[in-house]
Amino acid sequence: MTETNAPQKRSVPLWAQVTIWVVLVGLLALVGFGLKRASNPLAEIGKPVPDFDLVYYEGYEYNGTPQMKLSDLQGKIVVINIWASWCKPCEQEAPDLEEAWQLYKDSDDVVFIGVDYVDTPEGAFGYLKKFAISFPNAPDLQSNISSILNRQMGVPETYLIDREGVLRQIKIGPFASVAEIQAFIANAE
Amino acid sequence: MKKILESKTLRITLYALLFAVLTFAAYTTASAQDTAPTDDEVNAIAKQLFCPVCENTPLDVCPTEACRQWRELIRQMLAEGKTEQEIKDYFVANYGARVLSEPPRTGFNWLVYLVPPVLILAGAFALFNAFREWTKPKSAEAGSGQDEEAGASSDEDDYIQRLEEELKNRK
Amino acid sequence: MFAEFGFGVLVISFITTIYSGFAAFYGVQKKSASLVESARRAQLLTFPLLTIAAGVLIYMLVNSQFNVAFVYEVTSKSMPTYLKVTAWWGGQAGSLMFWAWLLAAFTSAVTLRKWDRDIEFLPWVIIVSSVTLTFFIGMNLFFENPFTRFWQINGQIIPSMFAPMAGAELFTPQDGNGLNPLLRHPGMVIHPPMLYLGFVAYVIPYAFAIAALVTGRTDDRWTRITRRWSLWAWLFLTLGLVLGGRWAYDVLGWGGYWGWDPVEIAAFMPWLTGTALLHSVMIQEKRGMLKHWNMILVILTYALVIFGTFLTRSGVLSSVHSFANSPIGPFFMGYVALTLIVSAALLIKRWPELRAETEMKSMLSREALFLFNNLLFMGILVVCFWGVISPLASELFTGTKITVGPPYYERATGPLFAGLLFLMAVAPLSAWGLSTVQTLGRVIWKSALVAVVVTALSSIFYTQNVYALIGFFLITLVLATTINEFWRGAAARMHAQKENFFTALIRLMGRNHRRYGGYIIHISMALMAIGILGIEIFQVQTQGTVAAGESLELAEYRVEYRELASWDDRGAAVNYTRSVVDIYENGVYIGQLYPRIDYYYDSQQNMTIPGQHATLKDDLYILLVDWQPVSNSGATFKIYVNPLVNWLWIGSFTFLFGLIFAAWPDKDPADEPVRRKVSHGNKQASAAD
Repeated sequence: MTETNAPQKRSVPLWAQVTIWVVLVGLLALVGFGLKRASNPLAEIGKPVPDFDLVYYEGYEYNGTPQMKLSDLQGKIVVINIWASWCKPCEQEAPDLEEAWQLYKDSDDVVFIGVDYVDTPEGAFGYLKKFAISFPNAPDLQSNISSILNRQMGVPETYLIDREGVLRQIKIGPFASVAEIQAFIANAE
Repeated sequence: MKKILESKTLRITLYALLFAVLTFAAYTTASAQDTAPTDDEVNAIAKQLFCPVCENTPLDVCPTEACRQWRELIRQMLAEGKTEQEIKDYFVANYGARVLSEPPRTGFNWLVYLVPPVLILAGAFALFNAFREWTKPKSAEAGSGQDEEAGASSDEDDYIQRLEEELKNRK
Repeated sequence: MFAEFGFGVLVISFITTIYSGFAAFYGVQKKSASLVESARRAQLLTFPLLTIAAGVLIYMLVNSQFNVAFVYEVTSKSMPTYLKVTAWWGGQAGSLMFWAWLLAAFTSAVTLRKWDRDIEFLPWVIIVSSVTLTFFIGMNLFFENPFTRFWQINGQIIPSMFAPMAGAELFTPQDGNGLNPLLRHPGMVIHPPMLYLGFVAYVIPYAFAIAALVTGRTDDRWTRITRRWSLWAWLFLTLGLVLGGRWAYDVLGWGGYWGWDPVEIAAFMPWLTGTALLHSVMIQEKRGMLKHWNMILVILTYALVIFGTFLTRSGVLSSVHSFANSPIGPFFMGYVALTLIVSAALLIKRWPELRAETEMKSMLSREALFLFNNLLFMGILVVCFWGVISPLASELFTGTKITVGPPYYERATGPLFAGLLFLMAVAPLSAWGLSTVQTLGRVIWKSALVAVVVTALSSIFYTQNVYALIGFFLITLVLATTINEFWRGAAARMHAQKENFFTALIRLMGRNHRRYGGYIIHISMALMAIGILGIEIFQVQTQGTVAAGESLELAEYRVEYRELASWDDRGAAVNYTRSVVDIYENGVYIGQLYPRIDYYYDSQQNMTIPGQHATLKDDLYILLVDWQPVSNSGATFKIYVNPLVNWLWIGSFTFLFGLIFAAWPDKDPADEPVRRKVSHGNKQASAAD
C-alpha cells in the first residue's frame, strides 16, 4: 500500500456528522419515551387526571345523559372501575361494587362509573344483567380511557378521583369486600 | 281430464302456483345460509384483524375468551349481512386503529409507508454515485499495487481460474 | 444457603470483570505489560466463576428449591428434568445470566489465543468485553436477581436476597408455577441457546473493531482475526432463527413459521447485517476495498443485537415473545446508549484513516454485485427497523396506537428478497475485477434457459400466480447456475486429471471449501425459498365442527373425525384431549393423525399440538380447536394444507451442512502431487481477472 497514490483523506463532512447525531439522539429519545410509557400510566397519583369522554351504554347512563366528559363530574368523588365480561376476577367484586353503590347513590356526592375494557356489547350486557349492576357504565371506546388510566392493561382496576379531579388512589385487582370499597373511597376526603 | 288441462286459466294458475312455491323455496334456503356463516368466513375476516388485548396476535388464532367473543361477534355481524369493510370499521371504531394489520393510510401514518422506499432509493443513489467515482480511471501505480494484493490472497482461486481458462479453451 | 453462595460468586465475578477492565485501561496508559496480563487473567477467570454461579442455579432448578423466587416462577414438580434445566433461560433473570455466562465463555476463549502480533488490540478487547460483562452481571445483581428468595413476616411474603427485616423467616411454596406450556417443547432446549450463541458471538468482532478504531490499526488485521468468529456467530444466528420457525410451526398452532412479530424481527435484523458483512468482508480481502463499510457493518450488527435484546426485554415492544415488564429497562438503555454513542464517535474520529484504495472496473464485477447485495440487505433492514419503530413513534407524536403487521413487511421485503435471489444466481458467475454483459451472458444462458422452461411448465401445470412464477424462475436460476458451477469445475478436473466424476467433484470441493460451501449455502437458501413460496402463496385452510363419523374436505384431502378421548396425566399435571382422525387423499386412505389439546393445570394454559402429515409435496396440518367445547358429538378442526413447506426444513439441513463445509480448512496443496503438473500457469492472468 503506497503512500503516494493514497486517495482522499477526507473526514466525515459536517452535515453527515450532524445527521448521524440527530438520528441517534432522536432514536434514543424515542425509545426512552417508549420505556417510560411502558412503566407508568399517564395519570399519576396526586396529579389531575387528563379529561376523557364517556359514552354510556344504553340503559346505563348517568342521570339520563347519554354522553359526557369526566370533567363534568367535578365537585363529586368519582370511582372508576375498569372491568371486562371475559375477566374472571371482575366477577368476584361485581356484587360488592353494586352493594357499595347502593350505599352511596342517594348521596349525590360519590359517583361510581364502570368502564368496560375491550369487550363485546353482548358480553357486556350479559355481565351487567347477571350482577344486576345499576351504576353508570360506558365502553372504553378506542381504548382511550385505559390508555390514560391503565397503561398496564389489566382488569380489574379501580381509580379514585377526588372533587378537584385529582387522582388519589388506585386499586389493582378485585375488592375483597364492601368494607374495603368504603375504606378506599374514604381516601378522597 | 284433457279438457281441464287445456283450460288457459287453469294453466296460468298452475304456473303461478309453481312460480310462487319455487320463489318461496329459494328465499328460505337463501335466508338459511345467511343465518349461519361458516367458520371459514369468520376466519377470513378475523385473519385480517389483530386481537385488541393480546400482544400482536391475529384474531383468528388468539386463544383467549375475549377473542372467542369477538369471533362470535364477527359471525353475528356476517349473519346480519354486514360486509367485510363494515365489520372492520366497527372494530376500529370500538377498539382503535391497532386492530388493523396495517396502519390506515391517513396523516402521520403515511410516513410508515413512505420512509423505507425513500431511504432505499437514497441508498441506491449513493451507491451509484460511489460507483461513478470508483470506475474513474486511476494512475498505473495504484493498478499494479492492487494486482499484487489480489494475487497474494487468491491462491486457492488460482486453481479454479486455471480450470476456467481451460474450459474456455476447450470450448 | 446455596442461593447465598451463588449470589456471592456472582458478586465476585462482577468485581473481577470490573477489575479486568480497569487493569487493562491502566495497563495501556502506563504501558505496563504486566497490568495488561493481569487483566487478561482476570477476564479468563470470569468464565469458571460464572459457570459455578450457573451450576448453583441449575442445581436449584432441578431440585425444585421453590424458596428461590426464580425457581418458583419457572419450574414445577411435574416438569421433566430436561425442562427444568432449560427453564434456566425460561425467565428474565435466568436468561440474563445465561447471556452473561456465554459472554464470559467467548471473551475468555478469545483471551486464550496467541496475541503476539496483535498485542496492542488486547487491552481494548478486554475493556470492551469487561464493560459488556459488567452490564449484564450488573443487571442480574441489581435488578433481576435469580437468587432472590421468599421471606415471610407478619403474614406477608416478600421476595428479597437477604432478610428484609429482623424476624423474617424463609418461606417455601409447595409447588412452582411451572414453565409457560408453549416453552415446554424440545425446541426450547435448543432455540434460545442457538440464538444467544449467535448474538453473543458478535461481541468479539465488535470488540476487535473498536480496538482497531482506538489503536488506529485499521488495516485488514482485525477482519482476518474475527472472520471465523463472524462466521460461527452467523451460523448460530441462522440456526436459531430457523429453529424458532420450526418450533412456532409445531407448537403455536397457527400453521405458520414466522409472524413478523417485533421480537422475531429484533432477532432478524442482526442476521441481515451479518449476512451483508459476510459478503463484503470478502471484497475487503480480495480487493482491499470497503474498510469503512465493513467497520460500519460490524458495529451495526452488534448494535442491532444489543438494541434488539433491549427491546425484547424492557417491555417497550408489545409482542407475544415479550418478557413481562421489567425494571432493567432504564439501566439496559443506558448500556445501549453508551454502545451507540461511543461507536459512532470513534468511527467518525477515525474515518479518514480507514484508507480506501477503491478502484472498480465494472459494474458487473463481483465486488459491484456484492455491493448491490449489501444495498438490498440494508433495504430490508430499513423496512424492518422502521416497521418496529413506527408504532412507538406514532404513539409519541399522535397518541394513537397502530399495528404494523405482515402485509406491510411482505409487500415491502418481497421484491428485495427477489432481488437477492437474482444476485445469488448471477454474482458467483461474475469475476473479481471485471465482468461484462457478454462474459456473464455466456456463462448464464443455459441456466436461464432451464429456468424459463421450468417456469413455463409450472405456469401450465401448477399455477398462474405471477409472484409464484417469478419466484420459481429465480429459484430455478439459482439452483441451475450454482449446480452448474460444480459441474464445470468437476468436468474441467476430469479432463485435466483424468479422474472420474465423483473423485473430481470431491477433490474440487476439497481444494476450496469456502467457495463450494458458499455455493451449497446458496442452494440451501433456494430450497428454503421454495418452502416459503409454497406456504405463503398457496396455503389453504378450512375450519368446521363435525360429529364423529363426519368429514371435512380441503384440496385433495378428506379428514374424517373418528373419536375423542380425554384423560389426566397425574405425573405431568396435564389433561390431554386427543382426537383421532382418518385422512384420505383423493379418496385413498393414507393414515391416522392425532391432533390434541394439552391443558396444564399449574399455569392454567392450553397447548395445541397439531397432527401433521408431511410429504415433499405439502403438509397436511390439522388442529383441534376449542371454539366450542369438544366432544364425540362435535369437535372443531382447523385444517391447513401447506404446499412445499418441507423444503424449508430440507433447506435448513442443507444450510447446516454447507456452513460446516465452508468453515472446514482446505487440504494442504502438498498432499496432491498431481497438482504440480499444472503449476506453471499464468499468475498474471489469474490475478488480474
